[in-house]
Amino acid sequence: MTLSSSNTLSRWPTDRLLLWLLRGAAAIAGAIVLLIVAFLVMEALPVLRHVGVARFFTDPSWHPAEGFYNLTPMLWGTLFAMVGSVLIATPLGILSAVFCHYYAPPVVARPYRRLIELLAGIPSVVYGFWGLVVLVPLIGAIHPPGPSLLAGIVILTIMILPTIALMADAGLANVPQQYLRGAAALGLPRWATIRGVVFPAAKSGLFTGVILETGRAIGETMAILMVCGNVVQTPHSLFDPIRTLTANIALEMAYAVGDHRAALFVSGLVLMGMIAALVAAADWISHGRIYG
Amino acid sequence: MIRCHALFMLKKYAAPVALSMASLMCVPPSAGAQGTAADQLTGKLVITGASTLAPLIAEIGKRFESLYPKVRIDVQSGGSSRGVADARQGLADIGMVSRAMKEDERDLSAFPVARDGVCPILHQENPVQALADEQIVAIYTGTITNWKAVGGTDAPITVVNKAEGRSTLEVFLHYFKLKNVDVKAQVVIGDNEQGVKTVAGNRNAIGYVSIGTAEYDATHGVPIKLLPIGGVAASTESVRNGAFPLSRPLHLVTRTPPVELAKAFIEYAQSRAVHDLIKQQYFVPLAD
Repeated sequence: MTLSSSNTLSRWPTDRLLLWLLRGAAAIAGAIVLLIVAFLVMEALPVLRHVGVARFFTDPSWHPAEGFYNLTPMLWGTLFAMVGSVLIATPLGILSAVFCHYYAPPVVARPYRRLIELLAGIPSVVYGFWGLVVLVPLIGAIHPPGPSLLAGIVILTIMILPTIALMADAGLANVPQQYLRGAAALGLPRWATIRGVVFPAAKSGLFTGVILETGRAIGETMAILMVCGNVVQTPHSLFDPIRTLTANIALEMAYAVGDHRAALFVSGLVLMGMIAALVAAADWISHGRIYG
Repeated sequence: MIRCHALFMLKKYAAPVALSMASLMCVPPSAGAQGTAADQLTGKLVITGASTLAPLIAEIGKRFESLYPKVRIDVQSGGSSRGVADARQGLADIGMVSRAMKEDERDLSAFPVARDGVCPILHQENPVQALADEQIVAIYTGTITNWKAVGGTDAPITVVNKAEGRSTLEVFLHYFKLKNVDVKAQVVIGDNEQGVKTVAGNRNAIGYVSIGTAEYDATHGVPIKLLPIGGVAASTESVRNGAFPLSRPLHLVTRTPPVELAKAFIEYAQSRAVHDLIKQQYFVPLAD
């Protein structure tokens, strides 16, 4: 028997109410993103209009008070820090989830999972503070000055590790038990089961985790601001200080006026563009089935 | 309504300010003669000028409004020169100027409300006790990159600079006649506390912060030391009496000698009642 959905709904007024509530909630969620983008564009427009888009990529430096607005060094800084931390955190996080699911005895697995959850809950400013007083002097002893791209990557890795570890954990938990039993019946060893059966089955969950951690790595501000040194330059080594786009906004917003302020909104717009590109790339790689 | 840069409201001292304002509002100043004075003060003050002063004046304005509910104070920032121009043309009732008054500005009535002082800081264990102005310039422009060249240990110097737009940066660059483009920094920081922590965590760093913050932290066990400039020790006292060279007065200016509301506000801004606000913004209150 098939009932069309509109028939079901028309019979139950509460269902219709729920439908409209859900529609409203969805509309709000969508509208917020659009509003933010519209706001960013509006605030950035004055400087875009009389400075031009090109100068944000061709000016000799970022000195907004003197009229130079080059954002590219910060774009590179953001990208390097993001790529570095994602490259380290992803295998670590996935392997941690595999350990938790298939190797660790339950006595270890449960507290271990709680620990990872705790790691996810620590505020970013705490990581930043720890980085500033422990990590930065440590790196400074090896290769001065200390605040550097490396410090940023390490801090970001620690921060996004729980995201990917927990997402991978949830992904692995969703792998149907039959698959595992089937693999066991075929006599596959544990690692072969994980590699050949579990990973393909949990692919979308793992992929979602990578997208979420990358988003967090791009958006992180406070911790990065405290450990990266914030010098506007394209880094030539891991020990060079960098400034990310997010740190740029946080550092300068408080006293920025006029074009300087509008230029910071352009930073925000560029960040938004990066995130959009990330989502589009993820969609393209997974052929539109990220969450499926 | 205070119409000021919205981001000023995000400052971390918002909480203590809110608390002190709440305590003020619990005790409405409506007793006896004072009450009639409060009722008389009505109207709107437009204050424009230096972005250094704007957050402080906005906070003072908020407190003033809570004392005199019929008064509205509108604070807009746009630089000291705008403060002077607006006060002259009557576009603003009061202008904010974050420097000493110039010769050709004698036509305006100027009222100092606080002083702003900046001093270089080093790690406590750095053997360097003082640096000449030229040495500081050489360090900040990257001509001197090792402490050995200025009588310290053989270690590379970590130069800590401020982010663009900060008033401390402005004072520093102005005194040393530097341009921010010429500064070769290894670390760029935002607020004063971050500067203190960066220097405290790095033996080979040199930075500069507001004297108020540096003095507070140095006397509370943070391993930093304040460097003298031109032989004058860095302290809030030497800033207050104007002896410290790396400092500047913060003025409110009016076209004509102020009357009524403007007079009341300027007197309030100069009074002891706002010293806590001045210190919260890392400025130095004047002796009264």
